[in-house]
Parts: sequence; structure tokens; C-alpha cells
Amino acid sequence: MTTAPADLSVAGDQHGDEAGQALFDELIARDSRIEPRDWMPEGYRKTLIRQISQHAHSEIIGMQPESNWITRAPSLKRKAILMAKVQDEAGHGLYLYSAAQTLGITREEMMDQLITGRARYSSIFNYLTPTWADMGAIGWLVDGAAICNQVPLCRCSYGPYGRAMVRICKEESFHQRQGFEILLELMQGTEEQREMAQDAVNRWYWPSLMMFGPPDDESPNSAQSMAWNIKRFSNDELRQRFVGMLVPQSEVLGVTLPDPALRWNEETGQYDMSEIDWDEFNEVLAGRGPANAERIRRRREAHDDGAWVREAAAAYAAKQAARQAEVA
Amino acid sequence: MNDPKPGPPGGRAAPPEDAHGDVSVDRLALAEELTGAGVSGAGATASPEVAEYALRLGDDALILAQQLGMWIARAPELEEDVALGNIALDLIGHARSLLHYAGTASGRSEDDLAYWRDEPEWRNAWLFEQPNGDFAHTIARQLAASVYLFELYGALMESTDPTLAAIAAKAVKEVDYHRDHATQWVLRLAGGTEESRRRMAVALNDTWPYVDELFHDDELVARLSDAGTAVLPSSLRGPFQEIISAVLVEAELELPTGRTAFTASGGGREGRHTEHLGPLLAEMQVLARAHPGASW
Amino acid sequence: MSTPGELGTEAWPLWEVFVRANRGLSHVHVGSLHAPDADMAVRNARDVYTRRNEGVSIWVVPADAITTSDPDAKGAFFESPAGKNYRHAVYYTKSEGVKHL
Repeated sequence: MTTAPADLSVAGDQHGDEAGQALFDELIARDSRIEPRDWMPEGYRKTLIRQISQHAHSEIIGMQPESNWITRAPSLKRKAILMAKVQDEAGHGLYLYSAAQTLGITREEMMDQLITGRARYSSIFNYLTPTWADMGAIGWLVDGAAICNQVPLCRCSYGPYGRAMVRICKEESFHQRQGFEILLELMQGTEEQREMAQDAVNRWYWPSLMMFGPPDDESPNSAQSMAWNIKRFSNDELRQRFVGMLVPQSEVLGVTLPDPALRWNEETGQYDMSEIDWDEFNEVLAGRGPANAERIRRRREAHDDGAWVREAAAAYAAKQAARQAEVA
Repeated sequence: MNDPKPGPPGGRAAPPEDAHGDVSVDRLALAEELTGAGVSGAGATASPEVAEYALRLGDDALILAQQLGMWIARAPELEEDVALGNIALDLIGHARSLLHYAGTASGRSEDDLAYWRDEPEWRNAWLFEQPNGDFAHTIARQLAASVYLFELYGALMESTDPTLAAIAAKAVKEVDYHRDHATQWVLRLAGGTEESRRRMAVALNDTWPYVDELFHDDELVARLSDAGTAVLPSSLRGPFQEIISAVLVEAELELPTGRTAFTASGGGREGRHTEHLGPLLAEMQVLARAHPGASW
Repeated sequence: MSTPGELGTEAWPLWEVFVRANRGLSHVHVGSLHAPDADMAVRNARDVYTRRNEGVSIWVVPADAITTSDPDAKGAFFESPAGKNYRHAVYYTKSEGVKHL
């Protein structure tokens, strides 16, 4: 039996919202997991659909700045690594769309939202990748920030999301390391290569810190997400943690993190850092980043160019099924 | 980002359990990256003639991989991004092993050969440098290439050259899957919609002129195949044709015959190429050539 | 009631993927994907879910072919085992210390 979308959303009515809410609350309080067919508050479902689909879109759009360099990778080994990494991102998008799909939205709908500009994805991918060192900086900083965000999501209260994240985090463990190694190789190379690496770190450092989202006191949805055990740490906590990891790593690399105010504060037990330029963040978020239009255009183009192929395969499947039915 | 727990300088002890969580990285034995590189130990240096032969095979694989890599993030569906990526990665693996071996004759690395040869020094057949076109053209090229490579590597497994035999033994299993992938898509495009059938037919017509060159013999391969080292290309034509015919019969498609059946002269093995190779190489080599002597 | 996710409106339906990691183990659910038909589904599963040597065998099942227990019947379905402790070896404490038992 095929379940129509409506079945999912009315499950609550059959169950009685009160009993459903009670069980839901109990599961959350026990730090247990919510599974697709459980009753869940509409806000919880919507929040998850929004977050998981944005996450999936980020993986898919995130393929572009790196696939830009697959054809020009400077060694065959690097070409293979980069290709495998971008390919992983397609896989991760796919896992996440599947997780979102358990909440009653199709991948087609989500893809449509993306290519018509109605969906959000991580703003970081609206920056350009003018040099090879960007492959290193993306791996080290962008994937590093993503992993920092994602590891706690493995324990997200929504089962399918948590399971997808476990798989993704395991696979991504190589993404950050390969980026670090690209930078290390450059920093141990020629003067030009070292400059290239430092320049990329300068350009990606602040955007990677913005990936954790606005400061806690300006993050409207955070409290509810934390109450639902979707989010486990606040934006600022994660940002601090990330910077704490970067500092010793930057020393191994020999790169300078582009924040003159960055220093450990013994009193607060935190890193002091310069104010993040949230105007830039908001500009990029609002669609005025260097590559917003290009990213969506290219995704739409791939989707449109592939339409006849997807239709062909569906038509072939229908014909084969009809033929089999005739034989039977 | 998994090992040392980040802590502030000066080091307060990290809490026993990290609430943030952690990803454990699987410990595993890694397989050999370059097939055949360790075969017969220090003796695995190719003769100049074997190196030339390995270069032909390696160039075929690398140029095809380069082209398939362009599909990633542009494929018709996410699942296909991953599938084409897998095929391209297999081919890069073959190319690296073959170029590494070819380079042993002249003291050059796989990257010296990939990034520092100009167009006339490339030895790939024309089929591999034909552009991706639409998905049907890529599939038509994949069909011809993978069926050819399957037959080639299947025969090359018996080579008296242990390095070539080892490379072929790994590659044959991988291109067997590529063959299946291409076949599945030919069937679906041919038997899908009117539009897809039309595109598949056009793609086959556009691709097939370049198939003939794959089966050209010359003095080099003749000598090497007499020695049991190489596979005579003409010997592959029969089995190739048989498999292609079976696929096309099932797809209810026909190859062009008569006046529309062009055959390209070929010449890739001697370093003559179509207009597509130059730009492809320019793009592939641009960064490496901007930094002579750099390591990446 | 079928497995969640298949909404019956997409051109390529949803498939659930099960992978046997090694001989001697069961096929375990690893995730899902879209494919036009079974032949492509099993191939896509190979490409998407076994890139790192994760499996030696794959099952794919159309998501809408899976029948699941009704979540609303949770209590009725899964209450009974509680209290039937005699089904577990640890219930039998008097034989503790006796070998090979």
C-alpha cells in the first residue's frame, strides 16, 4: 500500500494530539529518538524539514566550488582525491534528502525549491574558488566547521537525520584531512605556493566562522531546537570550539589566522576574537554573495538538462512493467 | 579532526567524556594504490617499446577520466553523479598505474607524463577525446570504450609482462561494471521516450566513426604481441562487435551503414589528434605548468 | 502501512537499501535512494552505498512494498514480552555456577 502524504500529517489526529504530545515529550526528556511514524509537533516536523533540506542543498551546491577544480587538479593523485570528495558530497546530499523525505516531502519538491531560489543553503558556497589553495582551505576550514557542527547532530533526536549524519561524519573524516594536507604541501612548497595558501586562509577564515550562524543572543530558533534535542550546542559554543581546534593546527601549517585580536583569555576560558562582520554575512545570505546566482543557475541547468534522461528511464521502467504484467 | 582533543593552551585536562561527540576513524589495511607498481620488485622497469604501449593505454584511460570528471555536479540525477564519479575514479586508477609504469623507462613520474607532454606527444585514440556532448553521447562513448577496454584487459591479463598483467587483472573487473552501466543506459535511452531514442541514435552515429581506430595494428603492437606482451588490437574487433551487436539488438538500434557511415582516419597513436584534445590538455595542465618543479 | 518516505508522486520511486557487510552477516538497512527500476536501483545502491568496501551483497526493495507495523498499535504490539522473563536464560539463577549450562 502506498501511503499518501496526507496519511503522515493526519497521524496525529488518529492518535490524539495529547497522547502523542505526551509520548513525544517523554521520548525527548529521556533523550531517546523520534522515528518517522511517531506523532510529532508540526513545528518539529517543519523545523526538521527545513534544516535537513537546507543541509542537503548545501551538500549539493557545495559540490560546485570544488568541482570547478577537478579538471585542473595539479597532480593525478589530487585529481582522484578531489573527485572522490565531490562525489561523496553528492552521496551526502542524497542521504539527507532521503532523511527529509521520511517527514513527508519528496526530493523532487525539495529540488524544485532549490532551483527556483526558494530554498536556502549554506552561504559559504556562494564564495568563489579562484585558486587551487581554495581546495585546501575549503577542506580544512569549511569542512572542519561543518564537521564541528555535524558531530553533535549524530545524536539529533530525529532518528533518520542522526543516522544519516553518522554515515556522513565517517565519510567526511577524510575531507578535512585532505584539505589540511593540500595546505601543508603548499606551505612547504615555493614562495608562490605559500602565498597562495595564506591568501586562501585569509579569504575562508571568516566565512567559515560565520557557518556557525549568528551570535546566540540573535539566533531566534536556537532555543526551540535545543529543547527538541535537534541542536545540542549553541552557535557561539561551537564557534569557540572550532577556533580552539584551528589555533594549534594553524601552527602546524605555518599559516596565520587573519584575526589580530585572536588570543586565549585565561579569565573567560575562551578565545577573544574580533567582531565578525555580520553585514557581510547578511549580504551573502540575502543573495548578494559573489556566486549566488551562478550556483543556482548551474544547478538548474543540470536539472533541466537531465530531465529527458530521467523521463526516459521512467518511461522505460513503465514499459517493462507493462510487458511483464502482460506475460503474467 | 578526530584525534587530539582540542584544549586551550596551557592545558586544562579534557573532561573524561566529550559531550560534543567524536567521529572514530576506521582503522583498516589500505590496498595498493598503483596496481603493478610493486610487481617483480625493482625489476619492473618498462622497455622503451613497452613504455610506449603502456602510454597508449594510460592516455586512453586518463583522457576518458578527465571527461567523465566533468559530469560530476552536472549529471541527470544525484545517483548518476555518484555512478559516473566511480567510473572516472576507476579510470584514473588505471591511468596512474599505466603512466607510472610507462615512466619507468625514462625516469619520469605519472605526473610528468600527464602534465608536461604537449598534444603531439599524447597517444590516446580519438574516441576518448571526443567531447561529452549530451548524456546520450557520453553513454555511446562509454559503450564503445568500455566494451573495447573489457576485451583488451581480458586479453592483457595473459601478458608475459607481469606489470601489465597485474594492471589488466584489476582493470578488467572494473571495466566490466562500466560496460554494464553503459548497456543499462543504452537500453533505457533507446527504449524510453521518443526524444531519448532519437538522441541515442544521433549519439551512436556521431560516436561510431571513432571506433575503427581502436582496432588498428601497427609495427609496435605487432612486435609486442609476438612477444606475448601486448594485445593485437585487430584481434579484439570480433568479440567487440559481438557484444555491441547484442546490446543494439536488444535496444532495437542499428549502427549507421552505407553512405552515412563515416570512418575517422585516427592517428592518436602517432600523436595526431582531433580539435578537442588541445583545449582539454590546456585545461588539465594549466595549474601544474604554472609552477614548474612544485609539489602538490 | 508502508515504510515512510514513498509518497507515490515521484517519477523515480524510492527504494530501501540493505547491505550484507560480510559473509555470515544479515543484510542491514543502510538507507534509501531513487531509481527508475529494480535493475538500476541495485546498481545505484552499489555506487552510493558500497564505495568503501561496505558490502558483499545488496538488497533493494521498493519503499512502497514494505509493510510496517502500525505505530498507533505500539502498545498492543509490543507490550506482551514484558514480564515473560522465563524466556531469558538469566531468569534461571539456581543453575548458576554449574558448568556447560
